Amino acid sequence: MNIEWYIVLSSLLFAVGAMGILIRRSPVVILLCLELMLNAGNLALVAFSRMVGNQQGQIFAIVVMVVAACEVVVGLGLIVAIFRRKLPLDVDALRELRG
Amino acid sequence: MSATGWAWLVLLFPLLGSIAIALGFKVLPTKAAGAIGTAAIGLAFLCGIAALISLLGESAEARHHASSLWDYASVAGLDIKLGIFVDPLSVFMVLVVTGVSTLIHLYSFGYMRSDEGYHRFFSYLNFFVFSMLLLVLAGNFVLLIVGWAFVGFASYALISFWYRRQTATKAGMKAFVINVVGDIGLVLAAFLIFRELGTFEYSEVFAKAPHVFHTNEWTVTAICLLLLVGAFAKSAQLPFHTWLPDAMEGPTPVSSLIHAATMVTAGVYLIARTHALFVLAPTAADIAAFVGLATLLVAATIALVMTDLKRAIAYSTMSQIGYMIVGVSIGAYGAGMFHLMTHAFFKALLFMAAGSIIAAMANEQNIDKMSGFAKAMRFTSITMVCGGLALAAFPLTSGFFSKDEILAYAGARGGMYLIFTVLGYFGAFLTAIYTFRLIFRVLPGKPCPEAQELIDSGHVAHESPRNPATGEEEDTGVGFPGAEHHIAEQSPPMRIAMAVLAFLALFAGFVQVPGVDNAIANFLDPVFADSPLAAIHPSTSWSWIGLGIGAVISLAGIGVAYWLYVVRPEMPAKLQKRFAALHTFLYNKWYFDEAIDFLIVGPALAVGRFANRVFERLVVNGLVSGTEDVVGGSGRVVRVVQSGFVRSYALLLLIGFAGLALYFLLSSS
Repeated sequence: MNIEWYIVLSSLLFAVGAMGILIRRSPVVILLCLELMLNAGNLALVAFSRMVGNQQGQIFAIVVMVVAACEVVVGLGLIVAIFRRKLPLDVDALRELRG
Repeated sequence: MSATGWAWLVLLFPLLGSIAIALGFKVLPTKAAGAIGTAAIGLAFLCGIAALISLLGESAEARHHASSLWDYASVAGLDIKLGIFVDPLSVFMVLVVTGVSTLIHLYSFGYMRSDEGYHRFFSYLNFFVFSMLLLVLAGNFVLLIVGWAFVGFASYALISFWYRRQTATKAGMKAFVINVVGDIGLVLAAFLIFRELGTFEYSEVFAKAPHVFHTNEWTVTAICLLLLVGAFAKSAQLPFHTWLPDAMEGPTPVSSLIHAATMVTAGVYLIARTHALFVLAPTAADIAAFVGLATLLVAATIALVMTDLKRAIAYSTMSQIGYMIVGVSIGAYGAGMFHLMTHAFFKALLFMAAGSIIAAMANEQNIDKMSGFAKAMRFTSITMVCGGLALAAFPLTSGFFSKDEILAYAGARGGMYLIFTVLGYFGAFLTAIYTFRLIFRVLPGKPCPEAQELIDSGHVAHESPRNPATGEEEDTGVGFPGAEHHIAEQSPPMRIAMAVLAFLALFAGFVQVPGVDNAIANFLDPVFADSPLAAIHPSTSWSWIGLGIGAVISLAGIGVAYWLYVVRPEMPAKLQKRFAALHTFLYNKWYFDEAIDFLIVGPALAVGRFANRVFERLVVNGLVSGTEDVVGGSGRVVRVVQSGFVRSYALLLLIGFAGLALYFLLSSS
C-alpha cells in the first residue's frame, strides 16, 4: 500500500485528537484525546519506518508508548486527586495558573 | 625552649583565654571567667620573662630571632609569613604590656564584679592583650597591620562596652573612625615600602633601606610621614587626638589598660621599631618630634582646666605620650621606651585610683563635686598620691628619671633640639600643676556627701546610676554599669594591683639612674645600634644638672598647685574670671573638635548630602526605577496571555507548532 494513506490517516487522527483537547472540558476526555494524538504520531513513525526500511521508527514508537503509559498514570492520578477533593472535573474551572 | 618558642606561647595564652571565656559564657561562673582571664595574661607574662631570660643568655649581637609558623600569602613575589620577630625591643614591650595587663585584669576582677557583662568584658580584654602582643611581636608589616587593626577593634568594643549608653557608643565610633584613618596611613606606608624594597619583613626592610634610599629622599620621607599618620592616630597626637578624651566613656580598667598604659603607646613603639627609616628621613623625624612637643603642651594646658577627673587624666596621657614621641623621634630611644614603661605604671595606677573614687561617686566624674576622699578612702588616696608624684616627676620617683632623660638627651643633641628641653621643662611644670590640682581638689577638704556616707556607713551602693556626661538616669540591666560599685578599700584584688603599681611608680625609676645604672637602655641597645643618633649620650654631670632643674620645676609646680587649691582656694575662680577668654578657649579643648567638624566632617557631610540629593535621587534612582518600569510594563502586557485556561494554552501551543511547521515547509520548498 502507498505511504500517503498512512500519513493521511495519521494526520486525521492527530487533528481529531487536537480538536478534542481544544473543545472538551472533561479531563478524562482530554487524556483520551492526548492518547489519540500520540498514537497518530506512532502510526506515522511506523509507516515511515516501513518506507525507509529500518527499525528505528518502530523503536521510537515503543518509546512513545512507554511515555504515554506514564503520562496516563500521572494524568489519571491527578484526576482521582481532583475527584477526591471534591473539585469540579472541569479544566476551565481549574484556573489557578492565571497570572 | 628558644626565645621565639616562649614568644609564641605569649601570644597563645591570651588568645585561648579570650576564646574560652567567650565560648563558655553560659557555663562559666563569673569568678571563673575573671580568674581565667587574669591567669591567661599572668601566664603570658611568665612566658615573657622566660623569653627575656633566654634572650639574655645570648650575646648582645645575636639577640634577634625571626620565627614563622606558616606562609600566610605566597604569590607573585609576595612572601608574607605568619611570623614574629623577637628582639630586646619586642620583649621589652611584651613585658610591659603583659605585666601591666595582669595587674589591670586583677583590678577588673574586683571592679567589674557585679557588672552583667562580666564575661564579655574579660573576653574583650583578653582579646585586646592578644592583639597588642601581636602588634609588638609581629615580624613583618602585614602582621603589624593586623595587630594594629585588632587593637583598634578591641578599643572600640571596650569603649562602647556599656552599649546602651548613647555617649559610649558614639565615643566608640569616633575612636574607631579616627583609628581607621591611621590604619590607612600605615597600610599606604606598607605599600610604599613594598614598592621600593620588595619585602615586608622587618629585618630585610631595615637592612635594605640604607642602600636603597638617600637621606631625605622623598619616598622615604613619604613612608615615614604615612607611618606617622598611623602612629599619631593610635597615640592620640595632634590633630588625631580628639578620640582619646571621649574614650573615657569606657569602664575605668579599660581607660587604664588601653588608653593609658598600652595601646596608645603603640605609636611610640612603631617609631622606635622603624627608627632605621626615620634615620634616613630626618625631616619626618623632626616633624614627629615637633608634633609630639605641640601635643604635650596643648594637652597639658587643657588638663589644667578639665573638670572631668578621667578626661583630665586622659589629657595628661596625651601629654606624656608627647614626651615619648619626642624621645624616640629625636633619637633618645632608650629614654623614650623607659618613659613608656614608667608611664604605664603610674598612669595605670592613677586611673585605678580615679576608678575607685568614681565608683564611690556612683559614676560621677566631675571633680567639682568631689572632696574629702582622703578621710573616706585612705588606701586609694595614698596610691593616687604615689601615682601623682610619679606623674609630676617628684624627685626620685620613676617619672622623674624617665622624663628628664629625654630632655637631657635633647639638650645633649644641641642646636634646634634645645627647644625640646626648654619647652619640655615648661610642660613638666604644667604637669605638676594639673596633677596636684586634681589631687588637692579631690582628696583633702570637707567630705562631699558620698565621702561622708562612706565614712559613716561604709556602703557605696547607689539606687540609680546616672550617665556622667548627660546626667540622665540609667537602668541597671545588661549594657549599663551596675548599681553596685566597688572601691579598692573593699576589694583585695584591686588593692593588690594598686599596691604593686604604686611600688613600681615610686621605685621603678632606679633601674636607670644617670651615672649609676642604665639597665633598660643597655638592654635595648642592640636594637638601636645601627642608628647614628644612639651614640649621643648626655654626660652624667649634665644629666644630674637636668635632674636638678627637673626637681626644682616639679616642686615649684606642686607648690603652685598647693598655693592655688589649698592655701587660697578662692584664687582659681578669680583667675578664671580674670582670664575668662583663655579659660573658655582651654575648656573647649582649643576648639579642636569644632575645627575638625568644620574642616572635615562638615564638607564631607555636604558632599554626602549633595550626592544624596542629586546623584542618588536622579541618576541612581532614575536608573533603578527606569529598569523597574520597563520590566513591569512588559510584564503587564505579557500577563494577559496567562489566563489560566489550560485549553487556551493548548491552542497557543498548536498555533505555534503549526506556524513553525508552515515555516519549515515553506523554507524547504
